[in-house]
Amino acid sequence: MKAAVVLFPGSNRERDMAVALERATGEPPAIVWHGDTTLPKVDLIVLPGGFSYGDYLRSGAIAARAPIMRSVVEAAERGVAVLGVCNGFQILTEAGLLPGVLLPNAHGKFACKNVALRVETSQTVFTGGYEAGQTISVPIAHHDGNYFADDETLARLEGEGRVAFRYVGGNPNGSIRDIAGIYNETKTVLGLMPHPEDATDPSQGGTDGLGLFTGLANALS
Amino acid sequence: MKAKVHITLKRGVLDVQGKAIGGALASLGFGGVADVRQGKYIELDIAETDPAIAKSRVEEMCRKLLANTVIENYAVEISR
Repeated sequence: MKAAVVLFPGSNRERDMAVALERATGEPPAIVWHGDTTLPKVDLIVLPGGFSYGDYLRSGAIAARAPIMRSVVEAAERGVAVLGVCNGFQILTEAGLLPGVLLPNAHGKFACKNVALRVETSQTVFTGGYEAGQTISVPIAHHDGNYFADDETLARLEGEGRVAFRYVGGNPNGSIRDIAGIYNETKTVLGLMPHPEDATDPSQGGTDGLGLFTGLANALS
Repeated sequence: MKAKVHITLKRGVLDVQGKAIGGALASLGFGGVADVRQGKYIELDIAETDPAIAKSRVEEMCRKLLANTVIENYAVEISR
């Protein structure tokens, strides 16, 4: 599996993501600058976490209009897998690749801790390394993780099995229906607030996130 | 021309910042504030001289960037 990680001004998890991808694939990903207009030929594009453009205007709003995003949208439409974590999830919603929006956390505080997530389905390129219904522990670190969408969008997401991960044993940010991550229509674009890349080595306190990357490597190699 | 853009959260969308402001007002002794909603105000200087065209251009800017219409409303006012 060949992967590219897009670097925006203010991204700060690109290295964690690159290390996690290399752990799963044996190969470091390409790092692509947001001002570039073309992507290398890859099987997976990752938008990492951070605070692109200082969260100016709205989290992810400016990054979603960066030059590289046109190529990301085109690749996603061709079926190339796209993963957005944390700020990357916010950018995917702002770019229109995923529905809904990430509001500020309902309690108004930054949330930084390990959370339990239920994997809703194992039948996607992202979750083949897990069992459906499995609970995993991964960290969150965000201020704007409160997923919100209108009732019609939520009904469609639920009906089409597009909720990827749900918080269990406590909702850390007020997210509607405990949603932690969602897919696009083809389940080839995934956005999630938690950081699986930061649970891929025992030194990080756990390895529950590794399954996402080994699952991707198996599905896309 | 000048364009003044007001962006406000739609009704029913949780406004965490508004709530924090309300809490601070109460702690200062300002009673009787039932609710606070915070929005954004953006001023643009634009070269276009036709007010109707200017308004439609700025509304397009709102839809494409300035507002997220999932959660926000926008109002555009054009003046010389």
